Amino acid sequence: MQEDNFTQVEFYAHLAEHKLMGSVCNSCGTMYLPPKPLCTACYREEMAWVELEGTGELQAFTTIHIAPTAMLEAGYGRDNPYCTGIVKLNDGLSISAQILGVDATKPEEIAIGTRMQIEFIDRGEGEEQKTFLAFRPIE
Amino acid sequence: MASRKLGRSVAVVGVGMSKFGAFPGLASRDLFVKAFKELRSSVDKGFDPNDIEALYLGNYSSDLFEGQGHNAPCMADWIGLAPRPATRVEDACASGGVALRQGILAIASGMYDVVLVGGIEKMTDLPTSQVTDALATASDVLYEIPAGFTFPGFYAAMATAYMHRYGAPQEAFMQVGLKNHENGALNEKAQFGTTIRQVMDGKIAKAKAKGKPVPTWADEMAFLHDERANPVIAWPMRLFDCSPISDGAAVLLLVSEEIAKRFSQDPLYIIGTGQASDVALHDREDLTTLKAARIAGQQAYEMAGVTPEDIKVVEVHDCFTIAELIATEDLGFFKPGEAYAAVEEGLTTRIGPRPVNTSGGLKSKGHPVGASGIGQAVEIWKQLRGEAGERQVTGDLNLGMTHNVGGTGQTCVVHIFERR
Repeated sequence: MQEDNFTQVEFYAHLAEHKLMGSVCNSCGTMYLPPKPLCTACYREEMAWVELEGTGELQAFTTIHIAPTAMLEAGYGRDNPYCTGIVKLNDGLSISAQILGVDATKPEEIAIGTRMQIEFIDRGEGEEQKTFLAFRPIE
Repeated sequence: MASRKLGRSVAVVGVGMSKFGAFPGLASRDLFVKAFKELRSSVDKGFDPNDIEALYLGNYSSDLFEGQGHNAPCMADWIGLAPRPATRVEDACASGGVALRQGILAIASGMYDVVLVGGIEKMTDLPTSQVTDALATASDVLYEIPAGFTFPGFYAAMATAYMHRYGAPQEAFMQVGLKNHENGALNEKAQFGTTIRQVMDGKIAKAKAKGKPVPTWADEMAFLHDERANPVIAWPMRLFDCSPISDGAAVLLLVSEEIAKRFSQDPLYIIGTGQASDVALHDREDLTTLKAARIAGQQAYEMAGVTPEDIKVVEVHDCFTIAELIATEDLGFFKPGEAYAAVEEGLTTRIGPRPVNTSGGLKSKGHPVGASGIGQAVEIWKQLRGEAGERQVTGDLNLGMTHNVGGTGQTCVVHIFERR
């Protein structure tokens, strides 16, 4: 069996299977998202993977009009802004993610505290395909 | 953590900076030489460049911006410092402030008596999208960039958290930009040596000359609310909330306290230094403050034995207007959630009780990222010595502070300067 290193490669491999995985210390129970290979709370070395439930609430956000190259390639830009933010999951961990299901041209209507659920964005074809983490408001 | 002391005291005896702006055809080293030449003439009693024992250079990414790595020896070579050690220091936009701290530590350790610290960035050779990508590498590229974050986006997200918690209006951010442009208009080194009013007048004149419809903004705030004149970059941060892409260099000559008077009759003594790091933005309990800035500020205050009330002038890291509000709270000048009202009341203007960013700040002076932390110290030198010209703050200015931030606040470095 391959050794778990709790790397970004492993994280994104899980994400490609539409699983949000963090790491958890089997000794003190501290959880990490993104996963860390070392428990920086107790420094014992007993990490394991943990699948996170994927619901939480929006803590902060922005709508981006001047997009980085990767998002331009995904079709966003000055005339097609997107929303990104920080979501705090029910189990207390927070993560940066794109926010879907909101109108990025009306940021005044996007509310901090909105309940969110996970969504996975598969961009690209075949070998080039990569999965990105996103959330959208719970209806 | 107990307060720390330097092994021995360190003084600034000379400063220099290039103009900040966009300078096609000038490489990093050319701007660095300009800053160094100005430094030479700023040392009251003169000095021999051969007295410099080491260079600490703040630079974020000449690799990405100019395709030039290993640039500290280049700068040293161009001002004749070889074979003295030349070391590049990189902590994103805090590179300059951290280079200053490294120079201080090198003298305080007893290793050197005379050290040159500098900062340099040459950003304008690349198109904006590539600059945005280069700056984004100062965040967590594995986990934050895939979410689509940009640097304006990170600070915009902090702004939404701040607005949500404290009810701050967007106009408070605009007021920061207005103030910093007012100050920068009086700084001959500033990239934007214009007030917002002058920017508006320029656009009106241009429209008239071209026979186009002439804009009719009622006032500066109407201009700043105009989506065409002041477009959203990352809501709620608009164009005039964001520091520009800049080229520039700045340098300071540091010496040990005991020999300071050999160089200058009026040196500035560095009585406090603090530096801290922090986790990625999403991992923080509170998105309306930079914990690393609070810790760095506290370290500097404790070392100096002074309080926020004692500081007369401060240069804070206003890479985005929200960052200035957060900075003035983190440094203890205002309580959490009160900085936005303070700005709206004009408390932080040049003539207010708490002058902030008299140089124009990063917003108006420009933000050549590796040079910004050193440029802040240049302004404190000018203000404390009464050499700030039209933007001089009046009164007996004995204490000044600089606050330099890297990335989303994953690095913060604070210094306190005293004129005796």
